[in-house]
Formats: sequence, structure tokens, C-alpha cells
Amino acid sequence: MTLTATQAKPAPALLPRAGGVRGALSDLFWRRPKLLLLLMLLPPVLWLGIVYVGSLLALLLQSFFSIDEFSGLINRQFTLKTYGDLLQAANLDIILRTVTMAALVTLASAIIAFPIAYYAARYARGRWKALFYLGVMLPLWSSYLVKIYAWKLILAKEGILTWLLAKLHLLWLLDGWLSLPIVGGNSLSVSSTGTFIVFVYVWLPFMILPVQAALERVPGNLVEASSDLGASPGQTFRNVLFPLALPGIVAGSIFTFSLTLGDYIIPQIIGTSRLFIGQAVYSQQGTAGNIPLAAAFTVVPIVIMGFYLWGAKRMGAFDAL
Amino acid sequence: MRSDGSSSAPLGLKVAATGGLLFLHLPIFLIFIYAFTTEEKSFAWPPPGLTTQWFAVTWNRPDVWEALSLSVRVAAISTLVALVLGTLCAAAVSRTRFFGRETISLLVILPIALPGIITGIALRSAFSLAEIPFSFWTIVLGHATFCVVVVYNNAVARFRRTSGSMIEASMDLGADGFQTFRHVVLPNIATALLAGGMLAFALSFDEVIVTTFTAGQQQTLPIWMLEELIRPRQRPVTNVVAMVVVLVTLLPILVAYYLTRDGDQIAGSGK
Repeated sequence: MTLTATQAKPAPALLPRAGGVRGALSDLFWRRPKLLLLLMLLPPVLWLGIVYVGSLLALLLQSFFSIDEFSGLINRQFTLKTYGDLLQAANLDIILRTVTMAALVTLASAIIAFPIAYYAARYARGRWKALFYLGVMLPLWSSYLVKIYAWKLILAKEGILTWLLAKLHLLWLLDGWLSLPIVGGNSLSVSSTGTFIVFVYVWLPFMILPVQAALERVPGNLVEASSDLGASPGQTFRNVLFPLALPGIVAGSIFTFSLTLGDYIIPQIIGTSRLFIGQAVYSQQGTAGNIPLAAAFTVVPIVIMGFYLWGAKRMGAFDAL
Repeated sequence: MRSDGSSSAPLGLKVAATGGLLFLHLPIFLIFIYAFTTEEKSFAWPPPGLTTQWFAVTWNRPDVWEALSLSVRVAAISTLVALVLGTLCAAAVSRTRFFGRETISLLVILPIALPGIITGIALRSAFSLAEIPFSFWTIVLGHATFCVVVVYNNAVARFRRTSGSMIEASMDLGADGFQTFRHVVLPNIATALLAGGMLAFALSFDEVIVTTFTAGQQQTLPIWMLEELIRPRQRPVTNVVAMVVVLVTLLPILVAYYLTRDGDQIAGSGK
């Protein structure tokens, strides 16, 4: 039925017209494919347009309102004051912290993802290939909260990691790391290092899949040719594999970057009391009741991701998705 | 590489790949052990003893059952809505060229391309502007919106592989549009829809970020877990619930994978 639109002009019907409302409708759709197309598109477009885009625009609009500091009421007049508030040192600090974290998480995910993706693309065959695929898919789809909870268990002071390091007589290493400023803290589960580890863990599958897709397209003889011509494995990686895998890495980094920018649950459960953008949005709209500032805060990841996607598109990352 | 059979991975690569996969799986595995621990007050490792009593305790907790039932109902209704909207959209986009086609693909993908917190706060502020009170349906509204994309992705991939000449043949043989849909189109896309529906269910069942904004005082299972994570009340019960959640989400993913593994695009490769 959906094919009808590709038919330019239907030939006159040889069959007798089908009877009833159903037949009439069927004939109508055959003669007027545009009508059918319209009817098919109407429900999803209305739903997404009204529910999603509608509320998104309403939110953006509210970022141009401001809050009256004395009464706490929202002043519905166009102003850029809220965006001015966004540039206060404390808020800039939050933005900078979140972006740095997103960049570090992206870098670490790329480093851990590459060997898995490369092995799966080049060496795994048949049953192993399926196993590798499921091995990445299952953690990707496992419950987000359960994954965070698992790390709360691991990183707790009395947890398995401390126990393991004690068995290996490496506890001094952990204590040394935790005594450092910024990355350290009382225990791993209340330090920035903990937040970083959990972010990397939770978003890693989003990096592996596109990198693997990009590497699948690299012909194996390219790597062989490179080594035949005398390149060391390191040189082959730098000059052949890495440039070809780059669109996949950029595609994966869209996810790791965007997801880190918008997350507010991971830093709330594992990490310090220093806020990230997501937490700032949450507390501004919740306890503070300052919807305009919360809305202005959400514009930050939208703008950053806008530039990011634009750059990624120029690097051809979308073909690797 | 496929030409020479002698290729075997260098040791370093093997170690790094195995290490990476272990890093992905061991934490989830740990949940299963903690569900049996006798320790109540802390996350102590190794567990001082093993017991199955927490399964019985969890079974008798009405708040867990209520949260589970709400989650299942929300996920079922959202999946249904997403199935209808996603299939309609995929059918329209994959078979015809029309003005604004790219925009529609973007529109479908946007709800999961943008961080969940943006979707969440946008919906919440829209509800408060329109003075809609929080209810079962406000949760469904949010969930269905981002579930459309998984159904859409699966259906588009299948439509692309289904040959259009079959539909022509059916019409030529005298079937009307509805008969063609029922006997030709539907059997062809059925497994893709089932896979998409499974993934949509898993996505909705697990969703927490958007839900915190659209649920009000209601508790879905992920919200219940989030509360426990922030203010732990009974850790062993949380352990058991976490294990059950892993198992419940595992099944739909495996089924979706087996339904679509022969295709060019395997379900779930993008969340």
C-alpha cells in the first residue's frame, strides 16, 4: 500500500470496484497516494510536534523570562538577564567542570573501546563475532541505575576494590591518589575519580559500536600492505588505522560527550558535592523554582552539541553511525 | 585480512580486548552475588555469608510490587503507542520521497539525541504551563516520545530490505490495500516490529531521567531504585530488585537480537 506513491498514474482498473466502505477507502488510497501519505504522517508528526517540539520551544522561550529575586515569581517579559546570570563565576565553573569531564570521559572511552572494536572487527569470526556483539549490546541495554548501583558497591570504602588492592598490597596507591586535590576525596565513591570511572563505564558501549562499524570497513590487506612496506605496528596504527577509524570515534564521541553533558544522576550518586550542568538544571527547576535559569542552562548543552554535530558532520562521522 | 587464514591477534590486543569486555561485564555480575549476601548495613566484600532470605522479604514488599506494576503498565502502553507511530512514520519515510522527509527523520531521532534532562524539563515545564496534573498518562507521554525512535529504526531497516514488487504483485492479483497490508506487508515486517517493540519496552522499563520530571509522586521501579540509591533504607531489598531488573531487561534484548540477527541492521545497535 505504501508503494502507491511511486506509481505516477495508475492504469484504469480492470477489476470491478470493490464494494463497501472498505473497498471505497482502498480505492481512494490507490488513486490518491498523497492522501495516504498524509494520513500516515499525521499521527507521528502531530505527536512529536506537539508533545516534544512544542514543549522544547516553550522551554527555550522561558529562558528569556527572568525571576523576580524578592517575590520568586517569574516575570514574563523578554530579557537577556537570565543569560547574564548564567555567566556568573559559579555557573561558569559548573559549565567548565562538566565540559572537562565530558572531554576526559570521551578520551578514555575511545582508548578502551579501540582494542575491543578492532578485535571484534578484524579477528572475531562466526560464533565469536556474535559473542562479541552481544558482549557489547547487553551492557549497553542493561539497566542504567543497576550499572550505577554496581559501581557504588565496587567503589565503596568496604567494597571489592579496596579489598582487592589490600590483597595486592597496593592500598598505598589508592590512599595516595585519594589524598590528591580535585580528583581525590574520602573514598572513591565520593571523589571525582569515581564519577569519571562510572561515566566511562556507562557510556563505553556507545563508543565501541560505531568504532567497530568504521573498522569493519577497513580492508585487511590495507594493514598488510602497510607492514609489507616496512611500517612498524605503531606506524600502521598512526598512519593507516587511526585515520580510517576516526569518523567512527567521532560518531561515538557524540554519544559519550552529549550523554555526559546532560547526566545528573551519576554525579549525584557517585561523586563530590560540586555540581554538573544536569544537577544545576535539576536543582534550579526543582528546589529553587527558577525555571528561566534552568532553561538557560539547558541551552548550554544544546549549543555545545550543535557545534559538535556540525564539526562531526564535516568529518563524515554520520556515515559511521 | 580475510584472505589469509593465519591471522591471529597480537597478545597485547587480545589482553586489551578481553580486559575491556571484563570491565563491561564484571560489575553487573557482582550484583548477582550481592543479592545473596547476609550483610545488611554496608556493601562489605567479601560477603560474610550467603542467604536467600532477601528474595522472600522482597516478595512481601508491597511498594516494590506497586512500582513494578506501574513500570510494566507504562512500558506496555508506551510500546503500543510507539509501535503505531514508529511504523507509520517508517512506512511513509522509506517508500516515498517528499518535501521535509529529512526533517521528519530528525524529528524522530531528536528525543534521544538530546540529553534526557532536556526532554524531561521541557515536558515538565509544558505540563505546568498547560496546567496538566501529573498522572499515569504524563509518564506515558514522555516515554512514548523517545520509544518511537527504536521502533522506527527497526521498521525502516526492514522496509528497506522488503521488495516493493511484492506489494505490486498483491495488488495486481486483486487484493485491496487492506488485504495487502494484512497478508503481505505485515508478515514481512512482523519480526522487525516485535524486535522494535521489545527494545522499546526495555527502554521504557529502565528509563529514569525523563520519568523523574513527569511522574510527580508516582514511583516506577527505576524511581524506586533511585530513591534507594540516594537514601538507602533496606540495602538487601535493593540488591534483589537490581538483580531482577537485570534479568527482566536481559530477555527482551536477547529476543530482539535473535529476531533480527540475519538482517543488515541488527536491532539495538543504537540505543
